[in-house]
Amino acid sequence: MDALIALWDGAFGSSYAFWSATLVRTTPLLFVGLGVAIAFRAGILNIGAEGQLLAGAALATAFALLAADWPRPVVVVGMIVAGAVGGALWAGIAALLRHRFGVLEVISTIMLNFVALNLVSWLIRGPLQEPTRVYPQSATLELSGRWPLLIPGQRLHLGFLLGLILAALMWWMLTRTALGFRARAVGAGWRAAVSAGGIDAPRTILWVFLASGACAGLAGASEVGGVTWALYERISPGYGYTAIAVALLARLDARLVVLSALFFGALEAGASAMQRDAGVPAVVVQAIVALVILGVLAITRVQQLLRAHRAVPGAHP
Amino acid sequence: MIELVLVPFLEAMIRTATPLAFAALGELVTERAGVINIGLEGIIIAGCLGAFLVAGSGGVGAGFAAGALAGLLMASVFAFFVVTLRTDQIITGTALTLLGLGITGAWYGALLDSSSTITAATISAAPIPWLSELPVIGRPFFRQPIPTYALYALVPMLAWWLTRTHGGLALRATGEHVEAARAAGVRTDLVRWSAIGFGGVMGGLCGATLVLAQVGTFNEGMSAGRGFIAIAIVVLGRWTPFGTVGAAMVFGGAFALQFAFQSLGWDLPYQVFLALPYVLTLLLLATLRGRAAAPAELGR
Repeated sequence: MDALIALWDGAFGSSYAFWSATLVRTTPLLFVGLGVAIAFRAGILNIGAEGQLLAGAALATAFALLAADWPRPVVVVGMIVAGAVGGALWAGIAALLRHRFGVLEVISTIMLNFVALNLVSWLIRGPLQEPTRVYPQSATLELSGRWPLLIPGQRLHLGFLLGLILAALMWWMLTRTALGFRARAVGAGWRAAVSAGGIDAPRTILWVFLASGACAGLAGASEVGGVTWALYERISPGYGYTAIAVALLARLDARLVVLSALFFGALEAGASAMQRDAGVPAVVVQAIVALVILGVLAITRVQQLLRAHRAVPGAHP
Repeated sequence: MIELVLVPFLEAMIRTATPLAFAALGELVTERAGVINIGLEGIIIAGCLGAFLVAGSGGVGAGFAAGALAGLLMASVFAFFVVTLRTDQIITGTALTLLGLGITGAWYGALLDSSSTITAATISAAPIPWLSELPVIGRPFFRQPIPTYALYALVPMLAWWLTRTHGGLALRATGEHVEAARAAGVRTDLVRWSAIGFGGVMGGLCGATLVLAQVGTFNEGMSAGRGFIAIAIVVLGRWTPFGTVGAAMVFGGAFALQFAFQSLGWDLPYQVFLALPYVLTLLLLATLRGRAAAPAELGR
């Protein structure tokens, strides 16, 4: 019970808890959740948001450190671009492996998660290590690379606003543009999309895969620029995996991703408060995330069965 | 050179390959029934914790049993969703992985607060008389803990069972064409439940071997992607028991290279070696086209 109270207080207990803990945790989930949602929509099983996030974070950090003397808006925009490019490149490896060699993206993206983790581990002990060469982390970003805060006195930063814009943009793209239509068509049925729709399915897959990676990479850039101001090994406590739950709970709808990211953001924020105040390990969140995914799957399935049952009179369940 | 580098390398290769082979052979059977269990990682880590918790008080034998049971339990959750409810295999499997990592991490965290025992009993190598005296291959292959020998016996048995028995035929039929198998009187749901259960037991044994024959303790996330590597191993082994064990050896070798390069004094960042098995997986998957040999119903 103490644990639950700590969980609630950590997420919604005060204005600081909401604006500076919950929404700050919501921000990366918003990006990765959108990335996974768009991929799943097109039938791409991108389980590699974690690695794409790390790649985006690494490239954004490298840019911010190299361009530290430039004006702040230039550096911030550059970080956003670098994050998206880093994530897209990392997803691009898996996309290429699928496209050219028929490697299942489920396996390749997971493998690339581990490679990315080791890559970051090497970067922060090698080329990107802080100047004193003592700690396994990058140098702290200059002021120019730190993203503006949205509300004085709170930790909420530009990333959250970007995430909301991205959600709107993605909803518009998926429902109102030709690329979005093609993506959904390929996801709904590859053969029909190709034969009846005249869609270049491999090309569509490639673009959606890259876009998905770019979203995850943005999460990395946003974490570096808005929260940590440096590259660490443990910059993501598994946001890339939670993203799958975020996307599924939102039923792959970009608008609902905002709400489900908020839900899991509150959970993450509450869990770290719970660990601090009640001594319950924060990894328990992963178990909760898993239960949410399983719950959504079961409910969706039961709904399908009920619908099928109603649609065919006298059918057996 | 042979004594200093090759023998320790082969020894480490077999040692690392053993748990991988357990998990991969289990996944092989699951996949031959047409089910891909991406949740293997969660099963392995559950096996690790189960073995660790029980071996402390109950001894090593009970530890292995507990690991297998923990794996079976996790696999049953997966089977219920995938076979009985017919949910998406990949997404359910991903959830299972998160479930395993989350529950074990939280459980172990709570345990650390309440007690101080952080090591489990381990088994040592049981050298086989005469064979272990052979030059070069004696020590790596025949001076290993019991689970490795169990594997030597299991592989030919499994190959025989798959190709020469009614049970094996029913399993393969379910994986190749569910409806035809059903029409022929095979209880395909039961076959899939059993195949997933077998995969769970083997995944649990993988975890138990990891704890009781190698590490000697439990760490959060100690499965370290072995479940995913095991799935890749099945693909590389072309869904056959002997091929799978061979592929597991290749990966054991990739892990073991870390030690070999260290003893050779090569100056490369250690992350290169840590990333090597994963990079190798990608390269091998890209070069050896595996789809042709895959069970036709895989993932459906």
